[in-house]
This record gives sequence, C-alpha cells and structure tokens, in this order.
Amino acid sequence: MYPGSDQISARPSRPADRTFGWHYRLIALILFWAAPARAEALVADLTNHLIAITTGFTGASVVLFGAIDGPGDVAVVVQGPDREITVRRKRRIAGIWVNSQEVIFANVPSFYFVAASRPLEEIVSPAAAAFYRLGVTNLETKPERMTPPQVVDEFFAALVRTQRHARLFPNSVNKVNFIGERLFRTTIEFPSNVPTGTYLVQVFLVRDRDVVGGQTTPLVVSKVGMDADVFGFAGRQPALYGAIAVLTAMVAGWLASLPFRSA
Amino acid sequence: MDIYLPIAEVSVDVFVLLGLGGAVGFLTGVFGVGGGFLLTPLLIFIGVPPTVAVASSANQLVGASVSGVLVHWRRGNVDFKMGYVLLVGGLAGSVFGVWIFTLLKRLGQIELTISLCYVILLGTLGALMMVESIYAQLRLHRPGVRRRKLHQHNWMHGLPLKARFRRSKLYISALLPIGLGFVVGVFSAILGIGGGFIMVPAMIYMLGMPTAVVPGTSLLQIIFVAANVTLLQAYTNRTVDAVLALVLLVGGVIGARIGSRFGTRLRGDQLRLLLALLVLAVAAKLAFDLTVPPSDPYSIAWEKI
Repeated sequence: MYPGSDQISARPSRPADRTFGWHYRLIALILFWAAPARAEALVADLTNHLIAITTGFTGASVVLFGAIDGPGDVAVVVQGPDREITVRRKRRIAGIWVNSQEVIFANVPSFYFVAASRPLEEIVSPAAAAFYRLGVTNLETKPERMTPPQVVDEFFAALVRTQRHARLFPNSVNKVNFIGERLFRTTIEFPSNVPTGTYLVQVFLVRDRDVVGGQTTPLVVSKVGMDADVFGFAGRQPALYGAIAVLTAMVAGWLASLPFRSA
Repeated sequence: MDIYLPIAEVSVDVFVLLGLGGAVGFLTGVFGVGGGFLLTPLLIFIGVPPTVAVASSANQLVGASVSGVLVHWRRGNVDFKMGYVLLVGGLAGSVFGVWIFTLLKRLGQIELTISLCYVILLGTLGALMMVESIYAQLRLHRPGVRRRKLHQHNWMHGLPLKARFRRSKLYISALLPIGLGFVVGVFSAILGIGGGFIMVPAMIYMLGMPTAVVPGTSLLQIIFVAANVTLLQAYTNRTVDAVLALVLLVGGVIGARIGSRFGTRLRGDQLRLLLALLVLAVAAKLAFDLTVPPSDPYSIAWEKI
C-alpha cells in the first residue's frame, strides 16, 4: 500500500448514471460541509463504483469529484489489474514477417488513466512521480530476462503505443478541473474493451512538488448478466462448458435440417 | 446492433456475424465443404482474437455439419463405414493438433502458423482442383478422345488391412482413410476448419470415391472431429465462444438453404472450378498479407497474473 493512502472507501454499487449534473452538485455540497469536520486533507469519491459490462456495452464514463482542505494540486491515477504483457517484434525472414524477438514486462496495468490539475512535471518531483506511477513513462518495469536498456525502452514504447491505440492508455495527461479553490472534478472514460477486475483509483494531494495526502478508492469492472455467467462458467467448468457448446451446436444443426425434410 | 462476445471480449455488430455465417452457410450448401477456411480468416479480420476465432469456428462447424449430414443421409449419400474409419484417424489427429496449437500459442508463432498453413494448403489444393476441372471441361467438349479406366492402380493399393466400402464401391486399405483422417484432424485443430476442402478432393482423387457420397461422408466425420476440437479447445485454451458460434449458426442455416438450391443447378465440374477459384483467391490474399510490411512490427499479448 502506498503511504498516501490513508482511507479506503467502498460503497454499494449503483447502476450507471450519465446525467450526473444535480447529483454531482448535491454530493459536492455535502462534501464541502463534511470535509472540515472530518479533518481530511483530501476527500474524493466516484459517481459510480461498478462498471457493468452487459451485452450492449459500448464504454462508460465515471466522474471523480472531491475537495481539499487548502491550496494545492491534485493528481489522479486509475489502474486496472496488473498483467504480464509480452511485446513481440516482427522481422522479415525470407520475404515474410515473423515474430522474432520478445520482451516480457511483468507488472503492467491493464488499464491506465492519469489526470492532474497542472502539468505533472510542474507540480511533482520526478522521484515522487516515479514512486506513485504518475505518468505513462513511470509504468516501465524491468523485464524478466536480462535485456539491453535501449531494447527495453524500444519495446516499452511499442507497448504504450499499442495500448494507446486500444484506448487503454491515455494519449496525454487529462485535466483535473478546480471549481473555486477546494472543489475538484475529472471525468474518467472507459472504452468498450475495458479489461475486467478490481481497479484502484488513487487521488493525490500535491504540495511543494511532493505528495502530502491521498485516498484510494476501488472501482469494479465486471461482466453482468448472461455474458458473465457464460464467461465464469467457461473458466470454472471448462469440460462441461465445452460439452454444452457441442450439444447446443448439434441441436441447432438438427433444428436447421428440419425445414429441408418437409421441403 | 452490437453484441458483446463473452469469451472473445469484444463487441461486434450482430448483423455482420449473421452475414458471415450466411455467406459460409451458402458455400456449405453449394459445395458441401464447411467453409471454415473462409470463416476463421474473416472472423480475425473483424477483430475476434485468432485463437478464439479458430476454436469458435470449430464449435459452429459441429452444428453446420450435423444439419448437412442429416440432409445427405436422407438422400442415401453417406458412407457410414468410411466415415467411422476416417474418424479414427481424425480423433487422433485433432488431439495432436490441439497440443501443437497450445505449444505454438506459448511461443508466439500461432498466428504466423495459421496463415502459413492456409497459404500452403489452399494454394496447393486450389491449383490442383483448377487444373483438374479445366481438363474435365476440355474432355467434355471433345468426347471419345480417350476412355478413362475406372481408377488407376498404384502403390496405395498395395497397402495391408484391405476393407470393403460398399456405398463407395471401393476395396482399399483402411490405412488410407485413417491417414487422411489424421492429417485433416491436425489441420482442423490448428486452423479451426472441418477440413472439408482437404477431405473432399482427397476422397475424390486419392481414395477414388464416387462424388455423390463425398460431401455427406466428409461432413459425418467432421461432426466428430469438430466436436472433439471444441471440447479440447474449451478445456485446454478456454477459447470457445459459444455465443459467437450460435450467432454464426443462425446465419449459416439461412445461407445453407439458399446455397443448396443454387448448387443443384450447376454441373459438377463447373462447381469444382468455382470452388478452386475461391480457394485460390483466399490463398493469394493471405500470402499477400504475409509479405506486406506490417503497419506496426510490434504486437502485444497479455496474461492474467
């Protein structure tokens, strides 16, 4: 756990709410009153703690809002579950393109989002940014096998490029907007191909180029409904799932042949 | 209207999938091949991960071939004995194929292998079929030039374990269909195809079976091989998307009905020439893609920790 995470809030999930206008203002008002009483340097919450992936899922956006107890800057990092990512490079061999070299990165977030009230390099020292994984460049990890550093950088750049193309990594640092001196908000966008799992939403209070306070909130991205059942079942009971898939197809095939008979 | 595929983990337009299934079903109806050799590359093209495309095509194939066999069976065009002998080889081949698939997936070479296999298989078969059907066309226009023997005798007829296949009017070594079944089984696991496009020409030209019983018999053994591949892929690689397979099947049923009406109007050699052209076109496209410099030479693959 990071030193800045002094509070974890978990709340029951609600269905997605895209019209957050009144919602946001109401909760911000409560927060504004509540903040001094609880004596937290920073409080923040999300409009939604569950992103439900259903059959018609096309992406979702979640608003993060909060308040700080005095002047300062705010940085937000959202990370999906870590994955082991293999990056491969193709080379031309006898006229065709073949995967020839690979670098494996052990702990790369499957989804990454970063936002700040001002450009990151202006508000936080490189050491602190590296420690709190602020910014895409600070996600680079040592590969499992010994590899020359310039090769690692090259392959990591390719990883970032691919993830950006899939909209799983941000193209730039998003904006955290301040309303007055204490209230802030930012919008986190999730694409339709968002990986499932428990996400960490970290909000940092930054003063004098260092992180002085923070809060970590979980966010669950989960498949719900029939798709989730199918996916879960396929993982837990692979043999039975396969058998059912085969039987279903056979019955469907038999049904399909019926109209031919009468014709 | 988009539909979310739970195993592939992507959203795809349901009408695109129905159309794909329909096109492939049409081919099944016309030619009596499963059409998997087109389905898998097309699924990959619309964004389904190759491994899921391969495994789900196999699942779809189970349904498509069940309905095909039932139709041919009613016309008495299924050689069950031949089908079961082919199956023995087919099951062994598909177990071996899934093992190779898992190995290549780990090495990061599965996509290249899939494409290369397609190019080699489709290119060779397409060329052979084309040459043969052009000759057949020529013979048709010059009748009586040369009388053909019923079939030629060669080394294949010297093999042991001879068996009689009444429906196919053949007396050949059982090792031939077993070997053929094995080869097709391996490919069907790696490529997600029923192998109809290998099986059908091989049955006609190698085994010398009468053309009428070929599609039904080929489909009969494909049911079991595809079912075995689906089970093994679901168990080992967890890449079978049943939702995807079902949507494809629905489209396939409609396509197959239109296709079979269309198919009865064409002559056998015309049919084979068309199939040859189609097979060659797919092979040429895939071969071209392999030599084009990729837009990004880097690719990523991830695993859950």
